[in-house]
Amino acid sequence: MATISVTKSPARARVFEISADEAKRLPWLLLTPGLVALAVVVAFPMFYSFYLSFTNYDLTRPTTEFVGLYNYIKLFSNATFWQAFGRTVLFMTLAVNLEFLIGLAIAQLMAKALLGRGLLRTVLMMPMMFAPVLVGFQFKWFFNDQVGLVNNLLFTLTGQPHIIPWLVQVPLGFISILVAEVWMGTPFMVIILEAGILSLPTEPFEAAEVDGASGWQKFRHLTFPMIGPFIYTAMAIRSLDLARVYDVVSIMTGGGPGTRTELIWTYVYRLAFTGHDYATGSAMSYVTVIVSFLFTFFLFRNVIRSRWEGRE
Amino acid sequence: MSAIGYTKAGRRPRIGDYLRDAALYLIILIFFLPVLWIILTSIRPNMEINTRPPIWIPRELTLDSYKILLGWPTPEGAFGLGSNIPFGQYARNSIIIASVSTLFSLTFGTLAGYAFARFAFKGKNSVFLGMMLARAVPGIALSLPLFVLFARLGLSDSILGMIITYVALNVPFTAWLMDGFFRAIPAELDEAALIDGCSRWSAFLRVDLPLALPGAAASGIFAFLTAWNEFALANVITRTPASRTFPPALYEFTGQFVSDWRGMCAMSVMMLIPAIIFVALVQRQLMTGLTSGAMKG
Repeated sequence: MATISVTKSPARARVFEISADEAKRLPWLLLTPGLVALAVVVAFPMFYSFYLSFTNYDLTRPTTEFVGLYNYIKLFSNATFWQAFGRTVLFMTLAVNLEFLIGLAIAQLMAKALLGRGLLRTVLMMPMMFAPVLVGFQFKWFFNDQVGLVNNLLFTLTGQPHIIPWLVQVPLGFISILVAEVWMGTPFMVIILEAGILSLPTEPFEAAEVDGASGWQKFRHLTFPMIGPFIYTAMAIRSLDLARVYDVVSIMTGGGPGTRTELIWTYVYRLAFTGHDYATGSAMSYVTVIVSFLFTFFLFRNVIRSRWEGRE
Repeated sequence: MSAIGYTKAGRRPRIGDYLRDAALYLIILIFFLPVLWIILTSIRPNMEINTRPPIWIPRELTLDSYKILLGWPTPEGAFGLGSNIPFGQYARNSIIIASVSTLFSLTFGTLAGYAFARFAFKGKNSVFLGMMLARAVPGIALSLPLFVLFARLGLSDSILGMIITYVALNVPFTAWLMDGFFRAIPAELDEAALIDGCSRWSAFLRVDLPLALPGAAASGIFAFLTAWNEFALANVITRTPASRTFPPALYEFTGQFVSDWRGMCAMSVMMLIPAIIFVALVQRQLMTGLTSGAMKG
């Protein structure tokens, strides 16, 4: 944290021996390439879809008219949207907490492992290397009711054929997509939390050892509070990733059957691309994106605060 | 590695340590099982795959699925949906798009991160927040407007269009990580370099950049994996094999009535190989980079 003082120190410009004018220009010059890319790929499309959300735009219709707030009004009275919204929040909450708990346990074990840590880490990171679409396809196949790995395992273990429709029944579909998402997301948690544990100073632990603290006491009163910033970062990044969840769910269940496992983005896709109601889809994207903006803002306000407190 | 000394400091491993390691191996094995199953499926004969009751131990192993994918001759000839897939073309597209976009997002992200870490300027917090907000927008929300824009610019179904897209997707996270890595480097170091007569650029190139390399490796992993694995935008922008990457190509293994699971598993393994090599090479730098302070606060 000591390095923070660097940026706010007015001496900094002097050290760089640059004029006040240049000091103003240079950081913007450095930021330009990245910002241009973001303007083309993110900002422009977002403005365009903002405009579309006030029209009756449809890929198959020749003319587009301005309809004002019609799409938004339609959206707020759409029960499926709110259900999907609620389900997404529930999904996010469950997934991020499960990933955190499992990730913390593995990170703690990993940081203490006697040998093969590099190899273990590479193996553990494999789910991270999978394309989310690939995870979707593979888990759809594992949870297949006829020939899936899960039902086959049950068959062999119990000696009786099980044809459990994992992806179809009510809580099971949700649980199946949760399992796939947690499998894919946990390694990221492990990496960040392990980095946190490895970066801790040794002295407090030596002192605790001298005082005869148990392993759990050391974890509870030293490790856990000290890796707080890492926990915050890991959970913030994963929450934002989970708020965008689409690929895995779209392939495993497509939000169905019916709308049983519908999450926000599978519903947007269903409306916009399958249902050709792109305008309502845009309005829906917008409402959701604004909610995640607020969420991002809330999460990163703290990051900014601790990074460059007292700027200028 | 000294930071973990406390666990092993000055004492021999006890039986408890070995039990703890055994538990770790077991958990990692569980995480590894799906990967193992995919590898196993890709090298089994087709008739052993979708059977009831299941056959757990393979009776014979064959590399036919890989040969079919690569267009090499096999004893039974080419069969399954995988036989129609221009694998070489997809591999070329994926490799070019992922590596070039990673290179550019690292460069742009490093410059941006340096600006955040070493300069105080008006609007810094807003720009930083804006970048994080850009990251919160999912590909699905961008896909149609971006498709329309790229069609106008002549970038749809082009490798260049895909590279631009992935550079933008990866810049915010890279900039954020690099900012942390640069801040972890004591400013006194480049002050010393400046006193010794280095120009600002050579201080950046000779002092800050080399010290931030582990951080760049960490950022590189995330950027590469995103570009290698992204689906929602690739699916809309790449319409033909001219620019199609692996993730949308996976759909070609599923037909309306039959799916070529073995072919898909073979391609999954082929997709994993470059990612595994890359991660294995830089995982140590990744941990060094992440422990150096990028994640604090």
